[in-house]
Amino acid sequence: MKFGILVNEGPYNHQASDSAYRFAKAAIDKGHEIYRVFFYYDGVLNATKHSEPPSDDRNVIKNWQKLAEDHKVDLVVCVAAGFRRGIVEDSLAPGFRISGLGQLIEAGIQADRMVTFGD
Amino acid sequence: MSTLHTVNKSPFERSSLQACLGHAQASDSVLLIEDAVMAALSGTAFAAKLADAGQSIKLFVLGPDLKARGLDPAKVVNGITVIDYDGFVDLAAENSTIHSWL
Amino acid sequence: MGEDMEEEYEGGIVKKFMFVNRKAPYGTIYALEVLEMVLISAAFDQDVHIAFLDDGIYQIKKGQDTKELGMKNFSPTYRALEGYDIEKLFVERESLEERGLTEDDLLVPVEVISRAEMGALMAGMDVVLTA
Repeated sequence: MKFGILVNEGPYNHQASDSAYRFAKAAIDKGHEIYRVFFYYDGVLNATKHSEPPSDDRNVIKNWQKLAEDHKVDLVVCVAAGFRRGIVEDSLAPGFRISGLGQLIEAGIQADRMVTFGD
Repeated sequence: MSTLHTVNKSPFERSSLQACLGHAQASDSVLLIEDAVMAALSGTAFAAKLADAGQSIKLFVLGPDLKARGLDPAKVVNGITVIDYDGFVDLAAENSTIHSWL
Repeated sequence: MGEDMEEEYEGGIVKKFMFVNRKAPYGTIYALEVLEMVLISAAFDQDVHIAFLDDGIYQIKKGQDTKELGMKNFSPTYRALEGYDIEKLFVERESLEERGLTEDDLLVPVEVISRAEMGALMAGMDVVLTA
C-alpha cells in the first residue's frame, strides 16, 4: 500500500515529526511504500541542514535523511511555508527537496492513504 | 468505508479527544498517540467516557508513547487495545481514511 | 497567495478531500496556511469540502479587522473561494451555538449542519487534512 505523510510541526518542539518518522519506518519495514512525506507549516524546519542537536539525543533531521537514502523516500518541503520561515534551497539537508503545495494535494490523490502528524 | 481517527493531545489540555469521539462513526477506530495516551488509563476522569465510547468504536493506544511517559500498558481502560507502530500501520491500511484530530 | 500554483492536474482521479478547521485565526498560522492549501487544491479538480467546527468557525466570523495587529486580514479570501469552484463549505451548528454565534455572523455562504451530520459527512471522505 502507498502512504502519503504530512508533517505539520518542526523537529523538536513537538513529537509530530518523530511519530511520523516511526510510522514511516514501520510501514516500510512491513513492505509498504511511502509515496511522499510533505513538510508544511513549521514542519519545513525538519529540512534544515543547520540543526545540531546534542549528541545524546536522536537527530530528527538525520533520521529523515537516512530514510530518504535507504529507501528513496521523497521528502518535500513546501516552498511558500519554507520561504516564510527562512527555509530555502540552500538551507536543505541532503535528501530533501523544495516544491509547491500541489505536491501535497497530488500525494493525497496518488497515495492510498494520507496520514497527518501535527500539534 | 471506515476511518482511523488519531488523537495526540491530553483531554486534560485540549478538546480534540472529545471532538473526535463526537464525530467518529460506529465501526471506526480511534488511536490515542503522544500526549493523548493518558486518556487511556483507568482511574482518570475520562475512563468512563472512554469505556462508553468503546461500546461502538474500536479503541487503541500506542504502547511506546505510554511507556515513554511511565504509564503502565497493563492499566489501560478495559476494551482499549495496546499496539505498537506496526499496529498503527496496520490500522491505517485497514481503514480507508485517516483523520488526525489536531 | 499561490505563487507556487500548479498547472492543471491531468491525473483523472477525483477524490473527496476535506479540509477540517478547528482553530481560530491569528493566534496561530494554521487557518491561513490551510486556506493556501485549499486554493492550491482547486487546480487539481478534486471534490473539495471545507469544514468549520469548534474554534474554526471564527475563521469566517464577519468584521475581522487586523490593522492594529499589523497582520494580513485574509478573511476576504474565503469569499473568493467560489471563484475557484470551491463551494462546499460546512459549519457545525453546535459549534456556533456553543459560541453564541449564528449563521448571520459568518462572512460567506455556508451550509450549517448538525454534529451528527458532520460526522457522517466526514465518514465519506477519501482524504482528510487537518492542522
